[in-house]
Amino acid sequence: MTHTTLSPSELESFGAEIDALLTRTKADLGERDTRYIRRVVRVQRGLEAAGRALLFASGFSPLFPVVWALGTGALAASKILENMEIGHNVLHGQYDFTNDPTLSSQTYEWDIVCPSEQWRHSHNVLHHTYTNVRGVDHDLGYRMLRVDPSQPWTPLALLQPLSTLVLGLLFQWGVAAHDIDMPKYLFRPSERTEEQREKVRELFAKAKKQLRKDYVLFPLLAGPFALHVLAGNLVANVVRNVWSFLVIFCGHFPEGTETFPPEALDGETRGGFYLRQLRGSANFEGSWLLHVASGHLSHQIEHHMFPDVPAHRYPEMAREVRAICGKYGVAYNSSSLSSQVWSVAKKIVRLAFPSAGGDATPTAA
Amino acid sequence: MLDPLSWGARLASALVYPRTLDDFVGLVAPLRSRRAHHAEVVLVRRETYDTVTLVLRPGPHFPAHRAGQHTALTLEIDGVRRTRVFSIASAEPRAGERHRTIELTIRARPSGLVTPRLTGRDARALREGDIVELGAPRGDFVLGTPVPDRLLLVSGGSGITPVMAMLRTLVARRHRGEVVFLTWAKSPRDTLFRAELDAIAKAAPLTCPGLRIAVVHGPMSEGDLAARVPDLASWEVFACGPSGMLDVVRADLRKHGDLTKLHTEQFSAPTRPPAPEGEGGEVTFARSGKTAEGRGPILPMAEGAGLRPKHGCRIGICHTCVCRKVSGTTRDTATGALSTDGDVDIRICTSEPVGPVVVDL
Ligand code: FES
Repeated sequence: MTHTTLSPSELESFGAEIDALLTRTKADLGERDTRYIRRVVRVQRGLEAAGRALLFASGFSPLFPVVWALGTGALAASKILENMEIGHNVLHGQYDFTNDPTLSSQTYEWDIVCPSEQWRHSHNVLHHTYTNVRGVDHDLGYRMLRVDPSQPWTPLALLQPLSTLVLGLLFQWGVAAHDIDMPKYLFRPSERTEEQREKVRELFAKAKKQLRKDYVLFPLLAGPFALHVLAGNLVANVVRNVWSFLVIFCGHFPEGTETFPPEALDGETRGGFYLRQLRGSANFEGSWLLHVASGHLSHQIEHHMFPDVPAHRYPEMAREVRAICGKYGVAYNSSSLSSQVWSVAKKIVRLAFPSAGGDATPTAA
Repeated sequence: MLDPLSWGARLASALVYPRTLDDFVGLVAPLRSRRAHHAEVVLVRRETYDTVTLVLRPGPHFPAHRAGQHTALTLEIDGVRRTRVFSIASAEPRAGERHRTIELTIRARPSGLVTPRLTGRDARALREGDIVELGAPRGDFVLGTPVPDRLLLVSGGSGITPVMAMLRTLVARRHRGEVVFLTWAKSPRDTLFRAELDAIAKAAPLTCPGLRIAVVHGPMSEGDLAARVPDLASWEVFACGPSGMLDVVRADLRKHGDLTKLHTEQFSAPTRPPAPEGEGGEVTFARSGKTAEGRGPILPMAEGAGLRPKHGCRIGICHTCVCRKVSGTTRDTATGALSTDGDVDIRICTSEPVGPVVVDL
């Protein structure tokens, strides 16, 4: 039988065991990790170059559909690797220990419209510190979806099966709008702050460069085959969007993940922090390739416990975390990717409607 | 104006955004990188039992050095980039010429993290063909132009390297003025460049008739300079060695020479063993000129000193508070790990000072 609360002394030793795992892993960081990330970077650059080249070549090739599909696939794979295994993880500071300026959380700019700096605020600070705390962690439904019964139902929620699909297709734009609180920015212009305006300017500047290369410059370079290249780039971006959307949604919204009232943060201990991360996150299982493609966010639980440990270490850490959880009898939410996707989909549809027992389900504790 | 080259470069940069061209150039031809200078290790030569000479071939953009200058060598040890400063020991190239290689001669500091991995019989940190990063040559410990008529080059231990660069340069130029080269070493087996010094001395009557070389074993003591160099005040002196030795040089010149003609370079920062657990220390905030003293994380100390550093979670997970540690040792409050290198990024919300620390805030 598993439960989700621990006595204060249990909580303390639970925290100490997780801390010990962290200390041990950090002490072991070194050449293996540096070599790993460099290899990923090389593969990613190679895929990107190959993808662009194949898309150019596709117009000249009698095997057009095959070459085009290969090029688009390589480009999509490169964007996925860049965003998930490189960008997201580098921006968490996972490779800051290397002192390599090209792997520094402070200077890395990733290949997606959201500026790195804004992401580091909305994601590293708000989401990772206040994970699943209602009202503080805006990743709970991204200010537009109802993903927890305690969120009030409005008629707008009826649309959410559809809006979730749209969000998936346009995911990078959702991410980009996130730190700015776009709905408020758009609909309450009188309340705009200078900081918000500055962020919008930065976002526009970056979005312009992102759009320019994928939808203007590369297509123009292809001359008569501009449309092939444009379509390939568009599809690659959308594939990346949908994949990252799936990975992120499976991290916190499957059945069994919990949300917390703001009071949960009062006097939270280290053990309490770890336990909240555990209760609010879910893993999915699969092949090695699946883990790499998800930037190892397939191990969302470990990622939330150890956000700045190189993510390729999560699978080996997960074995120990799981054992510790077993020892304390706390649930460890892990399942196949398809069952987590299914679980999230059901929840989104179910919560589109007012909850059966009114909305009195866990509000403030 | 249409400059096709710069337009080409601008187009290429726009195409690879948000990567830079250098991110790609660096992967295939690191020596051509513009972001930082790189060099290929062409030879690793054991010099004495605890020293090694690296012969490096820098990329085409590397500026020519002047004899006596140093460079920052960055290499990766156990997956972590470490930067250390070394004098360049090879001769400077002729005016307008570019050098093909430069040499660094490095002695192991027993308590060091980097140098012991480069020297000794089973040093494996660098091999021929490896690529390292180099900082542009710096330092004003250089011979003026024209070279002074009477030049006294004094060194001790591995402090010989910058003056060796000067000696090699003068010999290559067949310098005609008076030059005295004095070097102190612990023992014959500790003497660097012994064979080369012998050879230079032997050939001197033909190449540099005014050159005299002496290798002295044992410590330098007061009066040594005056005893070996007559009319000390008439010499321009370049001295490099440990701080104790430089004190002796200064004392001699004060008595018998002309201190205004002294140029010095101290070759190694004294190493400081990490202080005991939880000792705290003084933090200097270099940019604002403020200081704070105490224990525990640096972030609250900075705030106490009236600074407002960027931060987010305050518990070490978001990396918003990352800033540059210029020097000193800090301890990670969560893992207990020590950071002893200078010029590295630390999270100030979970780093506490261990002894004096300088951060760029
Ligand atoms: S403030 Fe978040 S890591 Fe220091």
